[in-house]
Amino acid sequence: MTSDNDLGGGTVSSEVGAFSTPTDDILRVEHISKRYGAVTALVDVNLRLARGEVLGLIGDNGAGKSTLLKIICGFQPPTSGRILLEGREVHFSSVQQARAAGIDVVYQDLALVPQLTVYHNMFLNREPVRWPLLRNRVMRKLSREHLDDMGVHLPSVNVEVASLSGGQRQAIAVARSVYSENNKVLLLDEPLAAMGVKEGAMILDLVRGLKERGNVSIIIIAHNYGQVLEVCDRVNLLQGGRITYDKYSSETSVEELTERVVAEYRKALEERQREQRSA
Amino acid sequence: MSDMSETAERADVVAAPGGPQRGNGASELLRRAGTLFLQQREASVLLIAVAIFLYFTASTPSFFGHGSFVNIAQYMAPYTIIAIGEVLLMVCGEIDLSVGYVWMLSPFVMRGFIDSGVPELLAIIITVLLLSLIGLVNGIITTWFGVPSLITTLGMGYLIFGVALTVSSAQQVNLPDGNGGVGRWFGAAAWSEFIWATVLVLIFHVILTRTRWGLYTVSVGGNLLGARESGIKVNTIKIGNFMITSSLGALAGILEAFKNDIIDPSAGQLAVVLVALAGAVIGGTAMLGGSGTMIGAWLGVLVLGILQDGFNLRGISANKFQIILGAAILLAMIANTYLTRLRGAGRIAARARTH
Ligand SMILES: Nc1ncnc2c1ncn2[C@@H]1O[C@H](COP(=O)(O)OP(=O)(O)OP(=O)(O)O)[C@@H](O)[C@H]1O
Ligand SMILES: [Mg+2]
Repeated sequence: MTSDNDLGGGTVSSEVGAFSTPTDDILRVEHISKRYGAVTALVDVNLRLARGEVLGLIGDNGAGKSTLLKIICGFQPPTSGRILLEGREVHFSSVQQARAAGIDVVYQDLALVPQLTVYHNMFLNREPVRWPLLRNRVMRKLSREHLDDMGVHLPSVNVEVASLSGGQRQAIAVARSVYSENNKVLLLDEPLAAMGVKEGAMILDLVRGLKERGNVSIIIIAHNYGQVLEVCDRVNLLQGGRITYDKYSSETSVEELTERVVAEYRKALEERQREQRSA
Repeated sequence: MSDMSETAERADVVAAPGGPQRGNGASELLRRAGTLFLQQREASVLLIAVAIFLYFTASTPSFFGHGSFVNIAQYMAPYTIIAIGEVLLMVCGEIDLSVGYVWMLSPFVMRGFIDSGVPELLAIIITVLLLSLIGLVNGIITTWFGVPSLITTLGMGYLIFGVALTVSSAQQVNLPDGNGGVGRWFGAAAWSEFIWATVLVLIFHVILTRTRWGLYTVSVGGNLLGARESGIKVNTIKIGNFMITSSLGALAGILEAFKNDIIDPSAGQLAVVLVALAGAVIGGTAMLGGSGTMIGAWLGVLVLGILQDGFNLRGISANKFQIILGAAILLAMIANTYLTRLRGAGRIAARARTH
C-alpha cells in the first residue's frame, strides 16, 4: 500500500490533504497520466473516493475531467498509473469489464443513439435476449417502470430519442446508469449541464437518494460550484491535468473555489504577458 | 393496453386501447389505419410501387401477365440481394462499391472449385464463405486504417476486377452441367433467384430490427462515439457487415450465372451496385447512417423492376429508357422525401393525440 502522503505528490499544494484511512476507500486513482500524442491531458493524478461518498470534480474546460472519468470507467487506458477498486488493483480493457466490476458512467455526450427508441437506449449493450431475438416487450416494460420510479416523465418509451428534448435525454442517460443493482461507483460527467431548474433539482435529489441508501459512491463533474457544494461531501479541483485542491465541502465555500480558479487564471495571464514582453 | 405483438413495435405508439372501440365507427378506424400506415418507413415507397404498377396495368396491355411478372422478378432478384448488404452498410455509416466485382468474380471461383472435383453445392457454399474475406479486408482497411469506405471499396473493386479478368482471360465459360443438379435451386428455375432474394430480405429484416446485431448496426451508424462509449465493438460490427455484403455479392453472381446458364466476365461490376444503391435509397435508407429498411429496399428495387419492365413492353429504346429511368429515380426520391416529411408530421400528431 502507498501511504497517504503519496497522494498529491510533491508538486501539489498542501491543501491536498483531506484524507481518511485508505481502507475506507472504494476507489483510488494513483499517479494516473494520460497523453494523446503531443497533448498531455493528465499529469500524475491522485484521487480517492470513500465508501458512500459524493465527490465533486471541478475545473476549467479542457482541464482533463472527462479524460479522468473515461479512464476510470474502462473506456480508455491511462498512459501510466493504476486504479484500485476496494483495495484491489484493476485493469479494465472495456467498459463492460468496469460495469461488471460495479462502475457505471454517464458520459458528457450521453452516449445515446438518436435513431433508437428510449427503451433500446435504456438497455444499450445489455439487452435481454431470447436468442437470437431481443426481448423488446421486457425492455419496454422494465424501462417504463424504472423511469417512473425515478420520476422521469416521457410521452412514451417507444419514441425515438431524436424526438426528445436535451433535458429528457440527459434524464434517460442518468436513469440508465443507475439501473444496475450492483453499482458501487457511479461517474457523472456534467449531469446537470442541459437541465432546467426543476430537472436539475430532480437529478440532485436522485444523487441524494442514492447517497442515503449508501450503497454507491459517486463522482460528479459540474461547473456550478453552488450545486457542487450542495450535494457533494468533498471537492477536488483539476487544473491543467493536475489535482490542485482537495477539501471537504464543509471547509470551503463558493467564494473560495471561485477565488482559487480566478487566481490561477490571473497568474497564467500575467505569465503570458511577461513572456510577451520579454519576447 | 392491448397485448402488442412484437412485430407491431413502431405501430404501438398509436395502438388502440383493447376492448370495444369508442364510437366514431368506421371513419375513425380508417383514419387510425391511415396514420398507422403512414408511420411505417416503407409506406412511401409502397405507395409509389402501387401507383406505377397500376399505371402500367392500365396503360400497357401485356404488363399484367405471367411473362412480365417473371421478367420483373428476375430483374429484381440480384439487385435486391446486393441491396441487403448496402442497407446494412449504409445503416452503419459505410458503403461498398466493390461488391459488384465480387459478383463478377464469384462464378469463376465456383467453377474453379467444381473443376478441381468439389461437388457443386459444396463449391457454391465454399465460394460464398471464401469471398467474405474480401469484405474482411474492406472492413479492416476502413476501420483500422480509417480510410473512407467509398475509397477502400473503389480500390478493392479495381483490384478484384483485374483478378477476375486475369482468372477468366475475359472469356465466357460454360457451367459444368448446365441446368442439371443444383442449378435449378440456384437461379436456373424461373422464380428461384427471386425466392432467394425475398427470403434473404425477410431474414435480414429480422436481423436488422430484432437482434443485437441489428441494434448495434443502427447504433454504430447513429452515434459512433456513443456506441463505442456504450462498449459496443464498433469495428466488429462494421467488418461483419462488410463480410456479409461480400458474401451476398458472391451469391448474387452465382445465381446470375445459373440463371443465364453462362459465366460471363462482363456481369456485375459497378453498374449493379448503383442500381442496388438506388433501390435501397428509394426504399428509405438514409445514406448518412442510423436508419434503413430491408423491406423498403425490396420495394425500392421492385419500383425499378416495374419501370424497366413497363418501359420495355412499351417499346421504348434502351437509350431513352436510361433517361426515363434517371428521371424516375429522381421523381421517386422527391416523392419519397415529401412523403417522409408527411409521415413525420403524422407521427408527431399521433403522439400528441395518444398522450
Ligand atoms: N480523444 C482525444 N484526442 C486528443 N486529445 C484529447 C482527446 N480527448 C481529450 N483530449 C484533450 O485532453 C484535454 C482534456 O480534455 P477533457 O475532455 O478531459 O476536458 P474536460 O475537463 O472534460 O473539459 P470540459 O469541461 O470542457 O468538458 C483537452 O486538451 C483535450 O483537447
Ligand atoms: Mg468534459
